[in-house]
Amino acid sequence: MTGASLVVTDLRVEFSGFVAVGGVSFDAHPGEVRFLIGPNGAGKTTCIDAVTGLTKATGSARLGETELLGKQVHKIVRLGIGRTFQTASVFDELTVLQNLDIAAGLHRRSVSLLRARRGIDPSIERALEETGLTGELTTPAGVLSHGQKQWLEIAMLLVQDAKVLLLDEPVAGMSQDERTATGELLQRIAARRIVLVVEHDMDFMRRFATRVTVLHQGRVLSQGTVAEVQADPQVQEVYLGTADAITEG
Amino acid sequence: MDALIPQLLNGSAQGALLLLAALGLSLTFGQMGVINMAHGEFLMIGAFSAYLVQQVIVASDLSIPVALPVAFVVAGLFGLLLEVTIIRWMYRRPLDTLLVTVGVGLILQQAALQIFPSQGVPVEKPRWLDGQLTILGYDWPLRQLFTILLAAVCVAALSAWLKYTSFGRRIRATVHNRDLAETTGISTRTIDRLTFFVGSGLAGVAGVAASLIGGTNSQMGAQYIIPAFLVVAAGGIGQLKGTILAAWAVGVALAFFAYWTTGSLAQVLAFILVIVFLQLRPQGLFTVRTRSLA
Amino acid sequence: MTKKPWISLGGIGVFAVLLLAVAPLVLTDHWLNNLGKYCCWAIAAVGIGLAWGRGGMLVMGQGVFFALGAYSMAMHLTLETAGDRIPGFMVLYDPLAPLPVFWEPFRSAGFTLLAIVLLPVIVAGALGYALFKRRVKGAYFAILSQALAVALAVLISSTIRETGGDTGLSDFKYFFGFVLNDPANRQMVYLIAAGLLIVCLLAVWQFYRSRFGELLIATRDAEERVRFLGYDPANVKLVAFVVSALMASIGGALFVPIVGIITPAEIGAAASILMIAGVALGGRASLFGPALGAIAVGWGQSSLGSTWPDGWTYILGLLFIVVILFLPNGLSSLPARFTGRARRTPVEQPTPAIAAAELEEVRS
Repeated sequence: MTGASLVVTDLRVEFSGFVAVGGVSFDAHPGEVRFLIGPNGAGKTTCIDAVTGLTKATGSARLGETELLGKQVHKIVRLGIGRTFQTASVFDELTVLQNLDIAAGLHRRSVSLLRARRGIDPSIERALEETGLTGELTTPAGVLSHGQKQWLEIAMLLVQDAKVLLLDEPVAGMSQDERTATGELLQRIAARRIVLVVEHDMDFMRRFATRVTVLHQGRVLSQGTVAEVQADPQVQEVYLGTADAITEG
Repeated sequence: MDALIPQLLNGSAQGALLLLAALGLSLTFGQMGVINMAHGEFLMIGAFSAYLVQQVIVASDLSIPVALPVAFVVAGLFGLLLEVTIIRWMYRRPLDTLLVTVGVGLILQQAALQIFPSQGVPVEKPRWLDGQLTILGYDWPLRQLFTILLAAVCVAALSAWLKYTSFGRRIRATVHNRDLAETTGISTRTIDRLTFFVGSGLAGVAGVAASLIGGTNSQMGAQYIIPAFLVVAAGGIGQLKGTILAAWAVGVALAFFAYWTTGSLAQVLAFILVIVFLQLRPQGLFTVRTRSLA
Repeated sequence: MTKKPWISLGGIGVFAVLLLAVAPLVLTDHWLNNLGKYCCWAIAAVGIGLAWGRGGMLVMGQGVFFALGAYSMAMHLTLETAGDRIPGFMVLYDPLAPLPVFWEPFRSAGFTLLAIVLLPVIVAGALGYALFKRRVKGAYFAILSQALAVALAVLISSTIRETGGDTGLSDFKYFFGFVLNDPANRQMVYLIAAGLLIVCLLAVWQFYRSRFGELLIATRDAEERVRFLGYDPANVKLVAFVVSALMASIGGALFVPIVGIITPAEIGAAASILMIAGVALGGRASLFGPALGAIAVGWGQSSLGSTWPDGWTYILGLLFIVVILFLPNGLSSLPARFTGRARRTPVEQPTPAIAAAELEEVRS
């Protein structure tokens, strides 16, 4: 199953007449940290919403041979597509372990849910180590720092062994050190998975992106490596004010 | 087919009464996303206000027109009091608000039971409502027409108020996007209080109408709250048109069911009808954002 | 959730000893019978704790399921008492009419017991499936469930000939062959009720410590997140709802031989709300809170409610206001508050990161 790519073709999303995404195509392959950027309202998050079944869309989004559009949210997840949200959403009242255990329970038989947990799943230990949360095992998720919550969300996807990780602004509100740690984490986990990141943060994008798609007003404006995208005059035009932020260091 | 016209007319009147009861609920629910289970008791307060007004102004021809604004203000003030003392602390806990107002409703019911005779009080109908209007051979009681007109006036006044006054515009802005409204300098606290005052006041007006049709007693509010809520839910929150249509449909359905079966069975059937409807068209439930759904 | 599940288990043990061994020794027959009645409400309350406290579903119409159990049992006991004849109250209305068809199978004790278990499972299963799959939740779910309780109470009230109407079903002489007048048999019925309460507590204890319990809390607090972890939250909620309905039915079934009468007033809106009152008072999400709260409210209802009915209603109203406003986790959260060691548990549903309402809007 490794090697399957996420291919989005001519994706369209309309909200009662308003075209939020108008025919977007892009693909993402295992091994790369794929970025989706664009100004506010460009339709980045909507793209993710469509791929994960949250929003109705036309066009096509395939993982390997499997069409995702039209399937129910939880069934898409079961195909191996995981996502995080702009505001980290974890189960505040439950501990880190319980959060991860719920994620790990995806492929357990329902009857086994009626038993209490004995021991810690190896996949959970690996995910904890990967995200640096090992020390927080029994901490209620609600008291984690903002950055840690984002990592916990990523860890939940790792525990599920998601083939595709769709991350919606994973570094928003993080300190510089946390951003670096997150970026390195993404690079590590991208080795075996598809990682698609929606971001505002240009600096973060520059440092960790392997390939970038720039969206503007629901359409693809530019696509390519960081350098290619930065050189694109159209992109610079759209970003006007922020154009400096892209080209400068 | 002789039954058609009477049931249609009776049903429309019942629907109008339901609409009056639901109007305020739809406003407060749409605005704050909380269900005020004491809304039925505010309706009861309106009905008792009519009774009290009649103790002062004996001539019922005059007392009912006076009672309408009085009931509006009295019930509205009760609503305001409830908002200021309790509900304001609970906007983040809509389900809990529901239970707290259940408690408020219990207390108001019990208070009414102790203040007024337990069998209820009579509210005199004005003489100008005694007559009948003959429509296609059916003698339609004028008070039913009155209920419909009253509901129409309330709907017109409410929508005009929401549309043309600055307060109304601010309410709509707040319903639409509370955070944005706040950042544009609208005091959502004031808006909340005002909405609650008007919404509860409308329940008071509904109470006056109810007192002219059925009995005025401590239990009367309890029988309106669930149907009123179902009407609001079926119509779609914040959808005045939907509320009107749903109220009318439920009223007419009640009348026909009652004609075919019995009054109590009609209630059961109407409930089931609404629930089935909500199954088929949950859009009625989901079209407008309220924080309660989150 | 519970840090030390074995301590809770010990607590259930102590509770069992108190109810099953101590109470029959120290209480008069009258008070033992009353305690039996509170146990029936407590059984329903334990289920409400599961559905509402842990699952976030405000079940305001548990009277429906209470009624399913109660009327199943009452029909059987009525037929057992009547023997080969038509039940007395039916003769009053129409001496010649035959037994209504739906009464017939309740002659069988086995069918009755099966109905007490299966009816709530079927009804709650169908209802919950329809509502949860449609993502009906929050206040809508609460009001719809209450509407059903109102509808059922009205339906029973209006079918005097078939169900006894407002006067209800009463005057049961036998309970599966045992003479109900005999104090020893009454004690046995009490012990069954108390025993089943303990069983229900053990069941939710296992639920709460299991992975399902964690998943249920997760669903309560962030339903959409659970969906995005690949679960269908509707199924999670459905299980909790069906179990709570089953418990309400069991409570209702035992209520009948203990109290000796069942009327629509015991299952309608007011009764359904009363069941919630105890759960709120004791602590909705705790293990013992719902049961203890229900027993306390039951005691208030039958002592104060009869000697000082006016005052009792005020107390009940104030209970809702004060407890929900100031002590959302009920009395069971008090010890932790005083010792100050427990972290604050937010009962307010935290606003999910993605507003569910917006999701629905998009889907519709």
